[in-house]
Amino acid sequence: MIFDPNVILNHLPEIISGIGVTLALWIAGMAVGVALGFVVATARRYGGRVIDWPLGLAVEVLRGTPFLIQIFLAYYGGPFIGISLDPVPCGLMCLSIYAAAYYSEVFRAGYGAVPHGHVEAGECLGLNRFQIIRRILLPEMALIVLPPSVNLAVILLKESAVLSIITVPELTTTVSAIGSQEYAFLEAIFLLAVIYWVIVEAAARLGRLAETRLSTFRFAAS
Amino acid sequence: MSFKLFTLLVQASVWTIGISAISIAIGFLIAIGLSAALLSGRRAYRRPAEFFISFFRGVPLLVQLLLIYNLLPFIGLNVPSIVAAIIGMSLCTAAYQAENLRGGFESVPKGLVEAADMVGFSPRQVFVRIKVPIAMRLTFPALVNEAIMILKSSSLVSVVGIVEITRMAQDLASSTYMPIEIFSAAALIYLVICWSVALAGRYGERALPGAVK
Repeated sequence: MIFDPNVILNHLPEIISGIGVTLALWIAGMAVGVALGFVVATARRYGGRVIDWPLGLAVEVLRGTPFLIQIFLAYYGGPFIGISLDPVPCGLMCLSIYAAAYYSEVFRAGYGAVPHGHVEAGECLGLNRFQIIRRILLPEMALIVLPPSVNLAVILLKESAVLSIITVPELTTTVSAIGSQEYAFLEAIFLLAVIYWVIVEAAARLGRLAETRLSTFRFAAS
Repeated sequence: MSFKLFTLLVQASVWTIGISAISIAIGFLIAIGLSAALLSGRRAYRRPAEFFISFFRGVPLLVQLLLIYNLLPFIGLNVPSIVAAIIGMSLCTAAYQAENLRGGFESVPKGLVEAADMVGFSPRQVFVRIKVPIAMRLTFPALVNEAIMILKSSSLVSVVGIVEITRMAQDLASSTYMPIEIFSAAALIYLVICWSVALAGRYGERALPGAVK
């Protein structure tokens, strides 16, 4: 392997756009995943058995099958039932739904970890269900779910590399294309690994920083 | 979808299960070494282990597989792609398992170790009789989780051309034009495998000595 930095420098704009697409997909997928996951967890908690059971099954199916199979099903199977999506929207949809399944479990655990006495205290004060969620459960949960959420965020970033298989123009697709084009595939993959590593380390450090900052409020949850 | 197609998928699942099981086993052995290095007081051991773990947990498995698949021939090892796949998955799971083991050893209650010391156990006996069994017991659920993760991740070895469930499904879907049926069937097989492992894990947890009943 003769590492020629010019290979990278010549393709810098493409690499940066690849990083941009990966980051955009990651953040958008996470945002939708968190929101949808919270809705699912809340619906399962308050909706009774009729809602809890099918949602629980859906979550289990999404968590029990490989992400790659889910993408194939949506991308190649979609057109047969009238949903023809381009790689990018299809990838974003899959990533969001996958994220939602995992985040819903994080929030479910978060709901369970808030001491029941706090909820009862809220009820005694005459708060309604919405107020209890907004004023008691959410703030206390935020601290509890932060560490698993950061973990999950890192997993999602790494999972987004799989989207290259359906040709979403994200980081893995871009850099491996440069590699084949320049006959420097090994160098390209090596660079790819380093870029992911840097992003993951940065995200993990940011998460730890947030945890230490917020841990001052920990007493509220105990 | 015909029964024949389904049988083909089930046959391919032998590869999924085989590759996953071998990778988990090799990964466990590597993880023992890594966690020993992590727990040793010496920086010279700890730092490389931390570096290894950080790399393999920080890079997508797909990229690791591509890297190893292309790196091995480059350094003069022309191995079949199945070997490259197993090496990649083993190294990746080793990093995760090492963290589990470290956590397990660190949460062995100090009092138990001190008690064993008091009754005259040698450090070796303390390790073999007290620390290892308790750490194994504590990390068992995490090991089951990791096995399920690896079973699902093994779908990625389809990109280096191994005909396990996912690759078989892809081939069948493109030759039969029935992607929905084929990929749903593949998903179902993965579900059955993952749920079986989870169920076996729950059973194992209750059957292991020292279970909380």
